[in-house]
Amino acid sequence: MRGVSGEEGEEIMGLSKSDIRKLQKVGYDASGAVPRAGTFLTRDHEVVSSEEREKGLEILSLEVALRKYSWVEELVFELVSKEKDDYTKELAKFSPVGYFIRALPGARITKPVQSCFFIKTARFSQMVHNIIVAEPESELHIITGCTTASYVKQGSHIGVTEFYVRENARLSYTMIHDWAPQVRVFPRSAALVEAGGTFISNYIALTAAELVQAYPMATVKRGGVARFNSIIYAPQGAHFDLGAAAKLIEPEAKAEIISRAVSDGGEVVARGYLEGGAANTKGHMECSGLLLRGEGSIHAVPELKGIFPETDLSHEAAVGKIADEEIQYLMTRGLDQDTATSLIVRGFLDVRLKGLPPELQLAIDTMIKKASLGRTM
Amino acid sequence: MNTSLLEIDNLEVRIGDKTILHGANLTIEGGTVHVIFGPNGSGKTSLVGAIMGLPQYEVTGGDIKFKGESILSLPIHERAKLGIGLAFQRPPAVKGVTLFHLLKAVKGSEDNILPAAESLNLKDYLHRDINKGFSGGEIKRSEILQLKLMDPALLMLDEPESGVDFENIVLLSDIIREMLQKELPITNRKKSGLIITHTGFIIQHIQTDVGHVILDGRILCSGNPQEILQIIRKHGFEKCVECLEKREKR
Repeated sequence: MRGVSGEEGEEIMGLSKSDIRKLQKVGYDASGAVPRAGTFLTRDHEVVSSEEREKGLEILSLEVALRKYSWVEELVFELVSKEKDDYTKELAKFSPVGYFIRALPGARITKPVQSCFFIKTARFSQMVHNIIVAEPESELHIITGCTTASYVKQGSHIGVTEFYVRENARLSYTMIHDWAPQVRVFPRSAALVEAGGTFISNYIALTAAELVQAYPMATVKRGGVARFNSIIYAPQGAHFDLGAAAKLIEPEAKAEIISRAVSDGGEVVARGYLEGGAANTKGHMECSGLLLRGEGSIHAVPELKGIFPETDLSHEAAVGKIADEEIQYLMTRGLDQDTATSLIVRGFLDVRLKGLPPELQLAIDTMIKKASLGRTM
Repeated sequence: MNTSLLEIDNLEVRIGDKTILHGANLTIEGGTVHVIFGPNGSGKTSLVGAIMGLPQYEVTGGDIKFKGESILSLPIHERAKLGIGLAFQRPPAVKGVTLFHLLKAVKGSEDNILPAAESLNLKDYLHRDINKGFSGGEIKRSEILQLKLMDPALLMLDEPESGVDFENIVLLSDIIREMLQKELPITNRKKSGLIITHTGFIIQHIQTDVGHVILDGRILCSGNPQEILQIIRKHGFEKCVECLEKREKR
């Protein structure tokens, strides 16, 4: 299959200029100008583009991968149970749509692979299943954007993603959501981080969705590391129930969960669970929440469970409003109240995510800037 | 007609239920630097806070005019835009907002930020959160850097020497003198200053034109700053006021 090009005014493979702009907002470059190791684009349930541009990288639709490799079957619904909930049960009934992305042993894929799940049809119920494998000693970075066509107001997205980070491999996965206000989203993800492996999961949602409910879980083996970062801006009408969990099951395993949430009238539940189950395991969690108005809420639910004496688990959680004296201080420098507030909100959300390509960090910075300014409009 | 830059007339200010300033009067002409001496709790910080419009300092009587117009109804940022700048004694730390982000927002561009920061030895602090983990001297230098880029007509400095070592006082004084256009003949100076101090140490480094003593929320006397400081050092604040009052009566 060929890739999508984004020339002005052209409609290519059913994607309009406006669609392409939406894709760009979630980190998907359709022009080919931005360095990418590969691409995978799904419109509703149709795979529009699947392409690998680097050696050592394999990108297939899951359907094709299941036919090509008999062992892939064993990876499907291995980390996320079919019986987990109604959404996984529903998904298991359908033949899978989604990707299989794999870095071969020792392959260092430093440019990111970009993927996008795009809802083009109004009221569409998109169901996807993805398998990602970073084979031993490999490095892989994936950006997945999820968005809707500008005219789509309603719909749903159910996605199961299973990550296999093999020994001493490094995998970063950045998911950016830009849904329409009445879309309901249920990602169900889990990761297995084998000895010496590193898994970084970044989640960014800065626009309203009716409900996003996600709680990825990593199981971390000897000397492995799992890091979860989430940046949430919840305008009025948005409801995010998000979190991350890590089970440190072998010695020297580590995990970190960092969550920054701003409620501008929306509802946010920020969950976190760390379980220390072996010697010299270490986990830390930070949930910071900022409430900008009387409506909306942020509910931080940090949980720590030590089941082995030599584990070191900690958490910090803080939810509150911006201190008046900070706003007033910035106002003494000539900034009006809204500009001062926006500056603080931007700063609060400005978490430098490790392992991101610069242009994606820039795109995220721009989205944060827009979100923080949007509140004053 | 020549109007004063700042005119404070019979100003009453309270914090919560407690009245802090009881009818304070002060006039600052363009191009002059005033210093207010007073012990802790005498109302010095409340005076500059009320001029800046900080809401915890509630004006219950009197007026504040800047460039001939009452500013009592103006919010903080409008007063800043008119040309009032305040270097806080203890500014808050602002998590997530770097000094550079703030300076860029203040200036509307990145121009001049780097050389200004270099002049105050703050280049390495530009990308740190404002005041977070800053030492006493770093906080004061950061305050002066912000005001330097704002270039206010009235520079209010609340205890600029507190918590600052000698080396930093010399550096800060050099920059403040430059901001107050001290190199120009007095008739050509446009910038004015209002320095709040309880030790008086700063005026050894910055030449001031008029001194005042504030006690229990009243500005009680005015005169030569060096002379006032000497009397305060010798006899304390209350004796200083008595002495100056007697001299005025003669």
